[in-house]
Formats: sequence, structure tokens, C-alpha cells
Amino acid sequence: MITKRIIPCLDVKDGRVVKGVNFKGLDDVASPVELAKYYSSHGADELVFYDITASAEGRAIFTDILTVAASSVFIPLTVGGGINSVADFDRVLKCGADKVSVNSGAIKNPSLIKEASRLYGDQCVVLSVDAKRVGGAFRVFARGGRDDTGLDAVEWIKRCVDDGAGEIVLNSIDTDGVKGGFDIEMLRAVTEAVGVPVIASGGAGKTADFINLFKTLPKVDAGLAASVFHFGEIDINDLKSEMAASGIPVRLRR
Amino acid sequence: MVAIVDYGVGNLFSLKCSFKAIGEDAAVTSDKGEIERADRILLPGVGAFSDAAGKLYESGLGDVVKKCAADGKPVMGICLGMQLLFEKSFEYGEWEGLGILSGDVRPISDVIPKGLKIPHIGWNSLDIVKDSPILKYVKSGDFVYFVHSYYAANCGGEVTSTADYGAPLTATVQQGNVFGCQFHPEKSGDVGLSILRAFCEV
Repeated sequence: MITKRIIPCLDVKDGRVVKGVNFKGLDDVASPVELAKYYSSHGADELVFYDITASAEGRAIFTDILTVAASSVFIPLTVGGGINSVADFDRVLKCGADKVSVNSGAIKNPSLIKEASRLYGDQCVVLSVDAKRVGGAFRVFARGGRDDTGLDAVEWIKRCVDDGAGEIVLNSIDTDGVKGGFDIEMLRAVTEAVGVPVIASGGAGKTADFINLFKTLPKVDAGLAASVFHFGEIDINDLKSEMAASGIPVRLRR
Repeated sequence: MVAIVDYGVGNLFSLKCSFKAIGEDAAVTSDKGEIERADRILLPGVGAFSDAAGKLYESGLGDVVKKCAADGKPVMGICLGMQLLFEKSFEYGEWEGLGILSGDVRPISDVIPKGLKIPHIGWNSLDIVKDSPILKYVKSGDFVYFVHSYYAANCGGEVTSTADYGAPLTATVQQGNVFGCQFHPEKSGDVGLSILRAFCEV
């Protein structure tokens, strides 16, 4: 039986993981490579590396680090941040990424998803959307949630799936950082509109939030979070054991 | 030495790294001589069947893989690389494969219940239906990572494990010295690495 996936997201800036972390037995808590290895041996089903560097030097450091991480972690790796062209896809795929996540780049360049999915396959193209309620509708925000694009989130996601996006990461700006649970209402609207896997992001604060997510919305495929994992507030193996006890299919280590 | 056949399809970085991680010598190569001299052949592949089959034939590497298989050398196909070992595929038309294994490749939508997502993507558990050397470190219930919309059909006697996605989908196959994995062992954590290790011990 196919399992629900738990995905830690590593925000990387100038080669270091942003958001302090503190794990026993981890010498360099801000090393993306060390953290990736840690997660991969502690139950993570997949990893996301998000490059939040703005400079060209930072980008070069990121691709170097990605190469090292990808050569030592044998679970699927998604890379996002600064993906604006097919050349950017090529750059991170060559460093060992399995999937590439596009966000603002798809808004700026409307043919990007089509071109990339034709070249690398739908399974390689992940659409990441930052969405927020504006006047009763879910609106797409660009540039890390700063700019209101005026696009309706559900319509935008449908269009991108038609173009070849193989998976959706839906990040609710309304629940992000609040740690009060995932945005069930927004996720429901999206899972009802598309047939590709949907990854929930934004709002996880405790184990019960993940259980509630998968129990309420069985169509959601995965839960993504950063700080609750990085700060050690939720241990992924413990989370998955509790999910299993609640009847949610998960991959447990043998 | 394992020759990872490079015919211009997909990214072979992770595969090469995973052999390194288990201490096996592997080379990504399109050199026919090097492939023929290798102890084992690994046929990778992602993307569209017709495109990949075309590249295998045009490069002449398809014939090299066939010859190695006929000579009794261990050959393993992964994902689309496994599908290419069969006689034909019905992915957007009808295309000829290498025909090393008997059977064909069909859309999973033919067999899975309506409403399930396609592609079949994520971690699924294996049900071992027949012993096979590449599964010697694997137990039924172990999880591996799948990404596919097509599956190997009509290969009854050769299926060694399946994964349940509303229907039992072919996960691994074997016919003598020729093996196939529908999932990605290089992305399936320790279980996946143990399959590559077992292949290196065949």
C-alpha cells in the first residue's frame, strides 16, 4: 500500500541551513549535508532543499553542497528556489536532484512548466504555490509570499497541472508559522480540483496536526515542514509511529 | 565492475553514487567495449519509452545489452530501463522494446481502480511472490520508491515481487541472468541499496 510521506524542508542560504537546529549527535547542525543524512536515517521519506540565496556566489555554493548531499542520501530529493528557466532545471538535476520545484519562476515564465515537463517528464516538475485568503478567495503570492499576483490559486494550480506539473506543494501563508495546524480548507479546495499528488505545507506544530491532516483529507499525499523538525519538536520516527497507530499508512523502518 | 549504460536518457548521478556507497566499482559509460568487458550491466532510464528505445537502437547500445544478456552476464533494468527489456510497450502508441524478457508494458490505468492518482508515486511495500537473487536481503513489506504510469504485463512466470496499488503491479522480474526493478533502488534508502548489493553478488 502506498504510504503518506513526511518531508523535511531545508532552507539553505550561502551554504548553511537557515533556522537553528539542535540535535544530539549532530556536530554541525547548520550543515545541509549532515542534516540531510540525519533526516534520511531518521525516517524522512523525501527531502526538499530550498535555495534562498540571492547572490551568484551563494548559488554556486548551493549547487556544490547539493552535489555532496545527493551523493550520500538515497531518498528522493527535491530542489527549489531560484528556478526560472530550463537551464536552472538542468543545473540542479545534474547535481543529483530528482525533482525540481518552481514557484515565482512559473509565474514570470508561463511556458516554463510545459518546457520542463516535456524535457524531464511530469514527475520531475513540482509546482510550489504560496497562497493566502484575499476577500474570500485563495490568491497566489509570488516572491516568497510578498507580492499578490491576483491569480486565483485553484485556477492557477489547475492550469499548471494541465501544463505538466506532476506534484503540488501548497503552502498556506495564512497558517504558515502559526503552528496551529495545516490549512485544511485551502488544501481541500486544491485536492478536489486536481488529480496529481498534493503536499501540504504551512502550519504544522505538533504530531496531532499531521494526523488530523491525513485523517480529514485522505487525498493529501504528504506533509512538509521545516522548523518543527529542525528544532526537534517533532521526531519523524515518533511521528510516523503515531500515524501508523492511527491507521495512516506510513513507511516504518524495519 | 558494473557498467551503467549511458544512452542519453536521464540522470545517472544518483545511481553511480549508490554503487559507490556500497563499495562497488561502477562506471557510467556509452563505450561498447567497456560495456562488454563489464561484469554486470545496469540499464537505467526515465522519460518516454519511444524516445528511450529510439536512442538505444540508434546508439547501437541496445544490441550490446542484448548480446551481454545472451552471453549470460547479469543485466538489470531499472524503471524505464526495465520496461525496455520487454517485447513492446503501449505508451502513446505501440513501440518495440529489446525483447530480452517476454511480456509487454501497459498503462497502470488498465488495472488500477478509478480515482487512484497516476503516476503511482511514492513509497510502496513489496510482496515477494518468488525467490530471486536480487531480493535476497529484502522481505515482503519492505518499502521502495516508485514513480511510474506504466507497468510490465503478461510476464506471469517472471514476476518476483509486486506492489499493491489497488491492483498488484509488477515490481521486480527475473528471467535467468536478467533482472528488472520498476522502482528506483537508488532512491529507496537501505532497502534499495541492499538490492543493488545483491545484484553485485549475482
